[in-house]
Amino acid sequence: MSTRAFAIEIDGLHKSYGDVHVLDGLDLRVAAGTVHALLGPNGAGKTTTVNICSTLVEPDAGKVLVAGHDVRRAADHVRRVIGVTGQFSAIDQVLTGRENLRLMADLAHIDRRRVVPAVDAMLERLGLTEAADRQAQTYSGGMQRRLDLAMTLVARPRLIFLDEPTTGLDPRSRRELWTIVREQVADGVTVLLTTQYLDEADALADRIAVLDSGRLVASGAPDELKRQVPGGHVQVQFTDAGALAAAAADLPVAVADPESLTLRLPNDGIGTLRRLLERLDDASVAALTVEGADLDDVFLALTGYRADDAADGATDDAVLEAVR
Amino acid sequence: MIATFVLRDSATMLRRQLLHLKRYPLLTITVIGQPILFLLLFVYVFGGTMGAGLPGSEGGAGSRTDYLVYITPGILIMTVASVAVGSAISVAIDMTGGIIGRFRTMDISRVAVLTGHVLGALLRTLLALLVVIAFAFLLGYRSHAGLLDWSQAFGLLMLLALALTWLAVGLGLAADGIETASNTPMFLIILPLVSSAYVPTDAMPAGLRQFAEYQPFTPITDTIRALATGAGPGADLWVAVAWCVLIGLAGYRWSRRLFLRMPAK
Repeated sequence: MSTRAFAIEIDGLHKSYGDVHVLDGLDLRVAAGTVHALLGPNGAGKTTTVNICSTLVEPDAGKVLVAGHDVRRAADHVRRVIGVTGQFSAIDQVLTGRENLRLMADLAHIDRRRVVPAVDAMLERLGLTEAADRQAQTYSGGMQRRLDLAMTLVARPRLIFLDEPTTGLDPRSRRELWTIVREQVADGVTVLLTTQYLDEADALADRIAVLDSGRLVASGAPDELKRQVPGGHVQVQFTDAGALAAAAADLPVAVADPESLTLRLPNDGIGTLRRLLERLDDASVAALTVEGADLDDVFLALTGYRADDAADGATDDAVLEAVR
Repeated sequence: MIATFVLRDSATMLRRQLLHLKRYPLLTITVIGQPILFLLLFVYVFGGTMGAGLPGSEGGAGSRTDYLVYITPGILIMTVASVAVGSAISVAIDMTGGIIGRFRTMDISRVAVLTGHVLGALLRTLLALLVVIAFAFLLGYRSHAGLLDWSQAFGLLMLLALALTWLAVGLGLAADGIETASNTPMFLIILPLVSSAYVPTDAMPAGLRQFAEYQPFTPITDTIRALATGAGPGADLWVAVAWCVLIGLAGYRWSRRLFLRMPAK
């Protein structure tokens, strides 16, 4: 596998459930030894892609090679090199953390003499040593997720699928998990990560594929994607919810977040800013920041505006229209 | 898949099952308790009357013990069936867990998870049979059978256990929930009632008698009974073995197909 340039090669992948086309001609290349993020809203086809690559689901059409092996014809070869940590905890709740890891090490056919040291090392690495002899059902959500990941890693896979690995985790647990993922990549492991969190893709991924309705809508390094949305955005912090709601109603392209009392809208130059400022009431604005493009802008631009069939220039016009 | 990996995977999955049995002993206690309860019920409530009706019985004080001797092989078969019902439930419970999906993404022998359940069930059956036989002896059961007879009887009971467990695994996989899995295998407890397990088939009306004589539990019970009385296995041995092999193979193939076809959760 180390001799291959691509750990995953997907061509024309189709998958439907009834009338719903979950994957509609997906093409994807994941370079060996990199982190590749699949980014997209719910229902974009991220999990289905992972399920097909990990041999859980059969594709309807298209070709999928994982580590050079066809997922349909050589599923056993694929299974030998992959590890999967999904959205739902795949641990044995009745067993202790140590027993779960031992189970995985044995099923991965690790040399018997190496099983115990490997399990101990993994418990230590993921901070589960103290809880090692407690049943997994007594673990907190974060601990269960760590155990789940440990069970994937103890088999020493060359290719890891992480399907929304940090959904529901607190910020500290997320960062811990990111650190572990980076260590794996430093060891030469390839990671295919699905996420709805843009900061996660930004922090971890070498390349990002944006999925929408079962198709690839954009692909590239995080910086490349950000450059596709040149202006970045303007963020206005309001002092009360009423003012936020009023401003949001005035500006259809803006996205309001009532919790943080912020309004965010695409920035395409001084003109936009000037018109925006004219509309804002001094008393209700706590802060105003102008930021370069981040992945949120990319996401919005790719899966939001363009889905409405708006031409490239129309996005800018719409902003101006709204600001006027 | 190399043969040693099949063995190692099955052993690993058996160890997982044993840990489950250890953490949840209630299921084991329940499946052993049921045949013991029936043994007490049949011997002390029905035993006096039933024993007097047995062919060759002289009635009177000895009837109850006569019936105990008659029914013990039937209770041993119920023990096997009772453990099988428990296995259907534990397979159904296991399939609801997320770890089954993980097993499917690993290069392990296809049905190792199920093999683990079956091996665990066989150990549980062995334990249950020993407890139930000890209990029968405690109630006054005596046997003239020698070591060879008993080992043959045990051999047949374990073969029956293997067959019924694979069938039960299939029922557990086919069930849409734990509730269903605890109901559908109940025919394994009911069917022996319409066989030679509890009363001689001669006493049944025609039609029912034919059914009783040709259904699998009658030759199996008759063989166990013959062995337990020290009379040798008798003519029905091969019919009994054939039924077990047939049920076992069908159950295995069905379970395997259901498991491999099951969608990812």
